[in-house]
Amino acid sequence: MNFLSNLISGLSLGSIYALIALGYTMVYGIAKMLNFAHGDIIMVGAFATIVFINNLGLPMIVGVLLSVVVCVVVGVLVERIAYKPLRSSPPLSVLITAIGVSYFLQSLAQVIFGTNQKNFPKFIEITPVHINELTIKGESIVTMTVTFSLMVALSLFISKTKIGKAMRAVSEDKQAAELMGISVNKTITITFAIGSALASVAGSFYGLTYGFIGPYSGSMPGIKAFVAAVFGGIGSIPGAMLGGILLGIIENLAKAYVSTELSDAIVFGVLIVVLLVKPTGLLGKKTNEKV
Amino acid sequence: MKNKFLGDMKKTTKNNIFTLAICFIAFCVVTTMIMTGSASRHMKSLLVPICINIILTVSLNLVIGFLGELSLGHAGFMSVGAYTGCLFSIYFEEILPIIVRLPLAILFGGLCAAVFGIIVGVPVLRLKGDYLAIVTLAFGEILRSVMINLEFTGGASGLKGTPQDSSFNLGFICVVITLILIMNLVDSKHGRAIMALRDNSIAASAVGINTNKYKLMVFTISAFFAGVAGVIYGHNYSIVTAGTFDYNKSIEILVMVVLGGIGNIRGSVISATFITILPEMLRGYALDDYRMLIYAVVLIVMMLLGTSEKFMFLRYKFSPKRLWSKTKNEVKLRKENI
Repeated sequence: MNFLSNLISGLSLGSIYALIALGYTMVYGIAKMLNFAHGDIIMVGAFATIVFINNLGLPMIVGVLLSVVVCVVVGVLVERIAYKPLRSSPPLSVLITAIGVSYFLQSLAQVIFGTNQKNFPKFIEITPVHINELTIKGESIVTMTVTFSLMVALSLFISKTKIGKAMRAVSEDKQAAELMGISVNKTITITFAIGSALASVAGSFYGLTYGFIGPYSGSMPGIKAFVAAVFGGIGSIPGAMLGGILLGIIENLAKAYVSTELSDAIVFGVLIVVLLVKPTGLLGKKTNEKV
Repeated sequence: MKNKFLGDMKKTTKNNIFTLAICFIAFCVVTTMIMTGSASRHMKSLLVPICINIILTVSLNLVIGFLGELSLGHAGFMSVGAYTGCLFSIYFEEILPIIVRLPLAILFGGLCAAVFGIIVGVPVLRLKGDYLAIVTLAFGEILRSVMINLEFTGGASGLKGTPQDSSFNLGFICVVITLILIMNLVDSKHGRAIMALRDNSIAASAVGINTNKYKLMVFTISAFFAGVAGVIYGHNYSIVTAGTFDYNKSIEILVMVVLGGIGNIRGSVISATFITILPEMLRGYALDDYRMLIYAVVLIVMMLLGTSEKFMFLRYKFSPKRLWSKTKNEVKLRKENI
């Protein structure tokens, strides 16, 4: 029973990672860049939720939705100002710019909110569910419900709508997509907007799970979600979901059965082993390099 | 009259001598300042960190600038060097005199870091670009969490009791050795092979360059020097905590490399010095809170100015060199017309 409850809280944590990893993987698939600042969008989202719910006293759903809006604006602005001029630059300089943006968001949050961690409002109060001896926390249930429905919605959006089709086309071949009349820049902006929105939701649930948010809170879940995206095969959407959930479960089981401090090392170790066996991740496509 | 000796030298050799000359002049100026007592205590405390950062930046530049791969785990190698070098010094403090022990500790720390460089280098051979960056990052994080949990490294509270042997002179000697070795490596046959790999790995392997060998070599050498920097670090502060060598430390070194210019060793030396001094200069002013913010903005602006096509074009259009040669050509044309 203990194992099962660990598994379920791992699943809940993993679904948060999966939401963040989706942002990484979509941006990578379409813009071919690693958006290192994505982790800090989580922090921006969580802080926005704190401001809207605690300081302005808005109801929970309004607060979360408004924080999504804030994150989308931040994400699109970052893309327009920092990444768009570098579209044809070498990947290394784009990556370093993304690291710069990540630093910028962290230090901006530090200037505005101070270095101390802030209490995150417990905006959902649900009594735990008991099944025989198994206890499932209320937050876990809400987190999993919301994240899984968002993942389903995203999959439907990408496979059924016209914008989703455009996104898939751009990720496959940018130039051919442009010749077919798809605006590549617009598609990339939309991708960033969706990724940031998902990160914002993830930020709210991350805050709910841990209870505290500081200016650097986004970097660790960001790195882990990035690991999850690479784990599942970066650029692949089902890969990001699978990678995120597996990573959450591994982390939670490692915490429960091995050691709390070593759980991060185990997560990263598993990543290295997977990459050694499958250099493009679990569900990643292998591309042959042409001269 | 042109100096015959200098005139015959290769351009790169001249460049390297110029870089070393700058270091020597800076060293002489600082030493005189210390002798005459005009250097403040605060300034003196910055000298060794400057040397440490120069070694770290130059060695990371070897991976990023010359091999063209991004490593985000440089602080991990530094921590290996710091722990092993300090443990060596603690065990042999009574047995060996300082003049023998310290160079041995530096060598030992560097070699241990180099071994880890090989361990990381092996997956590197299979991976490329972004995957490689994430593996080095993961490696650095693994090292950090393992070291916090080990007994003999002192755990989370850190390794204490290392003799404080680091001095500016020692740091300077290490910097000069690092610079000479790395600049010569870059200029050698091996250096050209490494740069060929960076520019086009397929073409390089087609002309018979052993890709795996050179990648592994660069990672090992870079790790060795990071380890050396770690040993000096450990002997400077006498306490080594694993928390110092996190992902942010690696990023800090990366920022120095980027600001100095990717693939430019003299730039690395200058930017490492500048970035180490800058926060101390800003300290005490109202700007202190905005330090990291300024860093971040500078980093983004540098990348935008340096690599964006639009800005490159603007830079070319208004570059003094081009404008100057343009006016010269115009004068020439006018003269010819007359």
